[in-house]
Amino acid sequence: MAKQKAFDVLFGPIFNNNPIALQILGICSALAVTTKMSTALVMSIAVIAVTSFSNAAVSAIRHYIPSSIRIIVQMTVIASLVIIVDQILKAYLFETSKQLSVFVGLIITNCIVMGRAEGFAMKNGVPVSFLDGFGNGLGYGFVLMFVAFFRELFGSGTVFGVEVLRTIRQPGGWYDPDNLMLLPPSAFFLIGFLIWVIRVFRPEQIEEA
Amino acid sequence: MPQRESLPYTIGVAFALCVVCSLSVSAAYVMLKDRQDANKILDRQRNIVDAAGLAADELGIPASDLTKKQVAELYRVVEERFVDLKTGNYTTAVDPETYDPREAVNNQEQGMVEEIPSDVENPIGIDLRERIVRVYLVKDFKDDSVVRQVVLPVYGKGLWSTLYGYLALKKDIETVQGLTFYEHGETPGLGGEVDNANWKAQWVGRQVYDETGTPALGVSKGPAPEEDPFLVDGLSGATITSIGVSNLVQYWVSDEAYGSYLNKLKSELAGGDPVPTVEGDIGPVETAAVPQAKEIPVVERKNPAPAATAEGEAK
Repeated sequence: MAKQKAFDVLFGPIFNNNPIALQILGICSALAVTTKMSTALVMSIAVIAVTSFSNAAVSAIRHYIPSSIRIIVQMTVIASLVIIVDQILKAYLFETSKQLSVFVGLIITNCIVMGRAEGFAMKNGVPVSFLDGFGNGLGYGFVLMFVAFFRELFGSGTVFGVEVLRTIRQPGGWYDPDNLMLLPPSAFFLIGFLIWVIRVFRPEQIEEA
Repeated sequence: MPQRESLPYTIGVAFALCVVCSLSVSAAYVMLKDRQDANKILDRQRNIVDAAGLAADELGIPASDLTKKQVAELYRVVEERFVDLKTGNYTTAVDPETYDPREAVNNQEQGMVEEIPSDVENPIGIDLRERIVRVYLVKDFKDDSVVRQVVLPVYGKGLWSTLYGYLALKKDIETVQGLTFYEHGETPGLGGEVDNANWKAQWVGRQVYDETGTPALGVSKGPAPEEDPFLVDGLSGATITSIGVSNLVQYWVSDEAYGSYLNKLKSELAGGDPVPTVEGDIGPVETAAVPQAKEIPVVERKNPAPAATAEGEAK
């Protein structure tokens, strides 16, 4: 039973309860950092780290937080973690952190992190909150990687920087890249498409009109 | 639990949380600072080596593939000097270790920034510009008294962001050795194509000035016309970034910025007098000082008047 719950908490947010696809949270960074898979991957890892540890930290002190300032307390914990993650990226992944620029800092305002801290970690124990944060980070990362794969493939002709479709900007290229894919609106279409696909297989997610 | 909602308890929790959070954030900063600084310096050196084309010329590999050691090895031939843009002379007025032109502009340090005249095409986006810049002289690997090229820091507005880069000029000070941007926030795949190696290669070997000595090098809108040697292909889907790059290149090589220094350097490298080095402090900035001198009397006249009435009332 306990094992089953941990499994659900960890992997549920990928398809059954995806924070972006079902709850439509945290879309803004999903538009901004998904032109390349490598940046999307680093962003996903950063968000997974922040959601996991902020959930664990908030859960650990949940009995001591006065309810009048609980949102600010969560915010402070999240902001500190994000700054630490940002510092680590600058020290160890300098190139990628330059590309991510402000978006790492903006994890602070990512509704997924805050939503899980308030909605889950305030009511549950530390280990399960950690798993919930990790699972929601994974769900976010899954959408990011899905969107980034198509945007990078059709926008730049590459996957993780490796050439797949040779673009006409290179000598001998034949593929005319789709510039729309490199602009934020394309991520809306791709996320919409993903939501559609998920709801074909999980019709219970469809809201009543 | 009523005690949990009491005011002293709430303030206590908030205080404890702040202490813990700030300690962990500062700890992360202090522990990682050395590594971050090393990264920044490595990144700057790599970009200078890239603009100067040293990686391709000496080792035959792209600059992004250089290891830390190779960057340090290539950077050995680079000499950093400081130029006072106002006079075009070298200066020793700033500390080479700590001087940061961007900080000087941000803090509007007195005497270190100049106002850009309003009649000048301004690519920077703000009307202040640093007065002292760091330039990089690239020497010959065998003989370090021979200057092969000069690398100039340049920057200017693109579409979303300011593009920061380096323009490397060959020994004749008229031919481009390379142009590279090390920091920008343009759209990846559109304006971000300023990083595209094929596009950057188009700059190499171009002349900067036309017959009259005016900066003519720039980016075309769309594919560059064959007959114009001064234009490189525009970046498709990134017209504003292309215009920005044109403007910034033309601004920085013009007389408003590096012009007088480049003239002096040119005659030095052609065998004439060396560029003078001015020791100690640089002179005052006239453009910034004049409006201040006008304003001060107005402020002084205003202040004594109310003070006098207040005193009179008190008596």
